[in-house]
Amino acid sequence: MFRKLPDSTMKAVTLSIDGVRVECAQGETVAAVLLRQQECWARLSTVSQAPRAPYCMMGVCFDCLAIVDGVASVQTCLTAVRDGMIIERQRGRPEAA
Amino acid sequence: MSRNVDLLIIGAGPAGMSAAVTARRHGLDVLVVDEQPAPGGQIWRNVETMAATARGRLLGAAYAEGAGAVTRFRASGAAYEPGTQVWQVEPGPRAYMTRQGATSLVEARCLLLATGAQERPVPFEGWTLPGVLTVGAAQILLKSSGQIPDVPVWIAGNGPLPLLYATQLLKVGGRIAGFLDTTPPDRRRAASRMFPGAVLGAPGDIAKGLVWMATLRRAGVKIVRGVTDIEAIGGQAIERIRYRIASGDDVTVPAQTLLVHEGIVPTIHPTLALGCAHRWDAAQICFAPQLDEWGETSQQDIFVAGDGAGIGGATAAGLRGEIVAIRIAARLGRLSEGQAAASARPARGKLRRALISRPFLDALCGPRHAVLVPNDRTLACRCEEVTVSEIRAQVAYGRPGPNQVKAFTRAGMGPCQGRQCAYTVASILAEAEGRAVPDLGLYRARPPFKPLTIGELAALDETSEAA
Repeated sequence: MFRKLPDSTMKAVTLSIDGVRVECAQGETVAAVLLRQQECWARLSTVSQAPRAPYCMMGVCFDCLAIVDGVASVQTCLTAVRDGMIIERQRGRPEAA
Repeated sequence: MSRNVDLLIIGAGPAGMSAAVTARRHGLDVLVVDEQPAPGGQIWRNVETMAATARGRLLGAAYAEGAGAVTRFRASGAAYEPGTQVWQVEPGPRAYMTRQGATSLVEARCLLLATGAQERPVPFEGWTLPGVLTVGAAQILLKSSGQIPDVPVWIAGNGPLPLLYATQLLKVGGRIAGFLDTTPPDRRRAASRMFPGAVLGAPGDIAKGLVWMATLRRAGVKIVRGVTDIEAIGGQAIERIRYRIASGDDVTVPAQTLLVHEGIVPTIHPTLALGCAHRWDAAQICFAPQLDEWGETSQQDIFVAGDGAGIGGATAAGLRGEIVAIRIAARLGRLSEGQAAASARPARGKLRRALISRPFLDALCGPRHAVLVPNDRTLACRCEEVTVSEIRAQVAYGRPGPNQVKAFTRAGMGPCQGRQCAYTVASILAEAEGRAVPDLGLYRARPPFKPLTIGELAALDETSEAA
């Protein structure tokens, strides 16, 4: 849904999203990386299990919540990428993940 | 572990940074905490890295100004802890926070909330579909990640930000499918009466807006005025949008990305939790904390500066930060009352000038009715998925306020804690009950403000470092 501008730096950091290796740039947030994926959603809603993607990018909508290194409900728009980070999309309620 | 400082500042945007610089000049021990990985707030996101680059220069002069502000802040000697989540503030003042998994308590002689603003929630059918984002979100992605929508984007809304982002997007090679201007005709008429005053008082601000409009027209962007209802349609993501034009006809077009924006409102979550008195700002259609002329709330030693005190923009935010810091320096014995008054005088003059175009902008940029009270099928509460009609149905059980409705429907109980639905729920109830939003109030705000693990909470050690 989003793409990096051609002159942007890339490939400094590698993380995994649901087991898929993804290259990204130092200093960006996990939510920004999610929005460049074919499947850009971060979580399934808790009531209807509808996909939700990052929406506000500034920490006030909580639709970018995902599981980061085993911790559920992390605001990925406030989380800077780190090499080796493991991201899992959050499916419904955290305990059901 | 608990720490003690003279001044704790929450937020490293224009107001927080300027307050830190001023407070340090008076020798105060200052700690600044912020959610983001780098200083600048939302307006100057990533400015340290971006400002000097070719793309940074395309973002405009107002963005470039941030580089100087950040440099002065970095040099001020204030302690700065980015990536910090504050999850409770209390009178005292004291604040509980988590950073890199470690939890701590900070006890401050004075607390400054420089937490800025958030975009006003814009609920409509389909607003939760992936592919619908706010204009602010798209601009943050451009500034901090150098990324833009990979297909022509629809932009819908009103106010300066959609115009600014649209011009920035065109400059970096992005494409716009259409610009849906939702400014209601009556607002346009009311604002036009204030236009001469705004032009005389703040010609720069007005010129900027006119240049943005001209840039869009020159680029051949399709601009549709007087758009009212908007709906996003799709299964797993947005596929189409439907919008109603001034003639009353509906238009349906394919869309993969829709960006919306209907102005910004002060961040009042912390001041609500603190039990500070709030006022209703009829011009900006939002609540703001009740402040004295120095930015102090109804709670002693707790201050607010920046857009959190009422929307005024980055220049005003920096000046308010400076004024508050002067007051705090006096409170802590570094200045006499007379010295404080004299030293704040230049900033007060500049603040008045910085706010000259505000009445014009407030008149032009308010939300239309459907933003406050959307149609029945719209999700009012994104988190708990409660529709407008479910909220309205509660009115049959007496004259409930937002807190009763929260208990009965779960609206406002999800992770965002009402940040996206408080105004909507209050507006629906006010309309259905024939009351006014300021009489109904908003949800109570309770800790933790941010997701917190039991492990992080258990690790909190409240013993003082001095003990």
